[in-house]
Amino acid sequence: MKMKHLMAASALLAASTLPVAHAGATLDAVKAKGFVQCGVSTGLPGFSAANDKGQWTGLDVDVCRAVAAAVFGDASKVKFTPLTAKERFTALQSGEIDMLSRNTTWTLTRDTNLGLNFAGVNYYDGQGFMVHKSLGVKSAKELDGAAICIRAGTTTELNLADYFRSNGMKYQAITYDTSDESVKGFEAGRCDVLTSDQSQLYALRIKLKDPNSAMVLPEVISKEPLGPVVRNGDEDWLKVVRWSLFAMINAEEMGVTSKNVDQVRKTTKDPGKQRLLGLSGIKGQGLKLSDDWSYNIIKQVGNYGEAFERNVGMGSPLKIARGLNALWSKGGIQYAPPIR
Amino acid sequence: MTEQSDQQAPAAASFWRDPRKRAIVFQVIVLGLVLALGAYIFHNTLHNLEKRGISTGFAFLHNEAGFNILFSLIPYDETYTYGRTFLVGLLNTLLVSAIGIVLATIIGFIVGVARLSHNWIISRLANLYIEIFRNIPLLLQILFWYFAMLPLLPHPRQSLVFDGSIFLNRRGLYLPKPITEPGFGWVLAALGLAIVGIVLLSRWARRRQEATGQIFPVFWTSLAMLIGLPLLAYGLAGAPLDWDIPKFHGFNFRGGMTVIPELVALAIALAIYTAAYIAEIVRSGIQSVSHGQTEAAYALGLKRTATLRLVIIPQAMRVIIPQLTSQYLNLTKNSSLAPAIGYPDLVAVFAGTTLNQTGQAVEIIAITMGVYLSLSLSISAFMNWYNKRMALVER
Repeated sequence: MKMKHLMAASALLAASTLPVAHAGATLDAVKAKGFVQCGVSTGLPGFSAANDKGQWTGLDVDVCRAVAAAVFGDASKVKFTPLTAKERFTALQSGEIDMLSRNTTWTLTRDTNLGLNFAGVNYYDGQGFMVHKSLGVKSAKELDGAAICIRAGTTTELNLADYFRSNGMKYQAITYDTSDESVKGFEAGRCDVLTSDQSQLYALRIKLKDPNSAMVLPEVISKEPLGPVVRNGDEDWLKVVRWSLFAMINAEEMGVTSKNVDQVRKTTKDPGKQRLLGLSGIKGQGLKLSDDWSYNIIKQVGNYGEAFERNVGMGSPLKIARGLNALWSKGGIQYAPPIR
Repeated sequence: MTEQSDQQAPAAASFWRDPRKRAIVFQVIVLGLVLALGAYIFHNTLHNLEKRGISTGFAFLHNEAGFNILFSLIPYDETYTYGRTFLVGLLNTLLVSAIGIVLATIIGFIVGVARLSHNWIISRLANLYIEIFRNIPLLLQILFWYFAMLPLLPHPRQSLVFDGSIFLNRRGLYLPKPITEPGFGWVLAALGLAIVGIVLLSRWARRRQEATGQIFPVFWTSLAMLIGLPLLAYGLAGAPLDWDIPKFHGFNFRGGMTVIPELVALAIALAIYTAAYIAEIVRSGIQSVSHGQTEAAYALGLKRTATLRLVIIPQAMRVIIPQLTSQYLNLTKNSSLAPAIGYPDLVAVFAGTTLNQTGQAVEIIAITMGVYLSLSLSISAFMNWYNKRMALVER
């Protein structure tokens, strides 16, 4: 682990000694090498996890695939780099990866001090607690004195400290490197509580030997807007990633899915859908992409709703309700600027 | 003018023809180039980091950390600074390394000597130990000791209790914490007095032995002084010590002192792994002493243990110490595997969480590398000094 850091840091050092890249450097470099190098988690069901054939799936993975579809017209042109929470920013800063799509919370510090840019929000989350049912705890307010398993290098570490401090409670944090280790620690009884973003708790819970032995407490103690991240100072690339996500959300709003997109493209008279599919309006020119960039995303990856249901929603073992992540028009807060 | 310079020309020309002076000039040039390159890289890195909007400098060390650390030897909570997290991590690294080194040395010497035992079973067992632990990757051993040991211990509510004040469970070993009251200074003073007394006594005993051949039981007298004097002072000062006994409250024990399982697992794994190497070093050291030395000692009528202690080991040490040094260095550096099981060492706390929260990778990795470098160099320097002391004095 130390080695990896060291390598990342020296890569960062090496990269920073080179002249600063011009605005479109990443997009050009990605086009030249023929694939997108995307940083994902080391394994979080529903968001980014490799199956037994080594294929990556998940909501975060779909953002990477959408970007590949937009740039190359082929969603499979992605290479994935599994990163721990600790390693992720250094990997992005040093240019080891082109984009980071790894349930990363958008905060002021990360957006400013770390030289990063958040492209949008693909999942609105909040931090919660999972406890062993045998403890008989019903609320997070009863957790005074608890031992809590947590992952290193996350906003959760800070939220936890804030929450317990503001409620005048004490706790003991056992900080592991990966979520697998924190689950093992929780299962082995090293801690009473496992804390993380709620979506992750549901995902980790199904990794337990006996998922029914644990429960997620109702309290949500923080705002965690999760989204894809790119390096600072590369506007073109930022826009490609941002609008790939927006295209997915807009497609859901207009009812365009991977199944009906060919049909819609042939027959639609709706000017909004025509612009969405690159038949009229600015098309791919503004993003320096081909005109069918958004069509490729919808055709190969699907719209936001499809990706959600397939990975974390009712079509998945996680069965997470849309909640905040429903479209703004359906009681949620997912909202994308219009394509026009 | 021309004439003068003509006369002096041989001297001036010889500056370039003198290999020593020429070498100095070249070295100055090379050094200058290296420094200039270093300065260029340093400057350019700073410039580019700034241009990308990545914070630079060491000001972050004064910012509030805002995260909790499992175990600290010095007072720490969320309100302390990142500079403090560095200290906490450093001390935790030093602690686990020191415990590991002491344990590894003890186990290593025992196994190394056992490896040469004439008892077939003992020497085979020692051999088995060495072959097993030397050949399994350390990270796996750390994970094994941690995740295999945890489920064997009871839950906090069913803790094992010793003497009503010591508790053992999955969260650690809970011990009563001594709280000093006024008057405890006398006990410390008595302890200091005992140590001074022991030093003087052992000097006197050695001189007497050299002069008369009579042996004084230094070990037992020292032990009696070390325990007896502070105890006497403790009694006379009216028992100026109170105990903070851990109490079960809610989920866990509170109060007292805690030895966390992460520390135990890491120290055990490091010690057992390194001890396998030390055992081989000890064996080779002992075998390097010619057998004639043993025979000569027996001929003088020394017992087996005395032969080992007085003749073999001191000579073997010359071979052992330099290799022991590199094992100590390895152990210290290997302690950086701590984050795998959540032990808050320097890598976990500083090069891990602090790096991630501040994003200042270059500065933090540089500091961390500097720390390991200086730790290793200090251990090296100490062992070299010790090696000089132990070296064979030729008479």
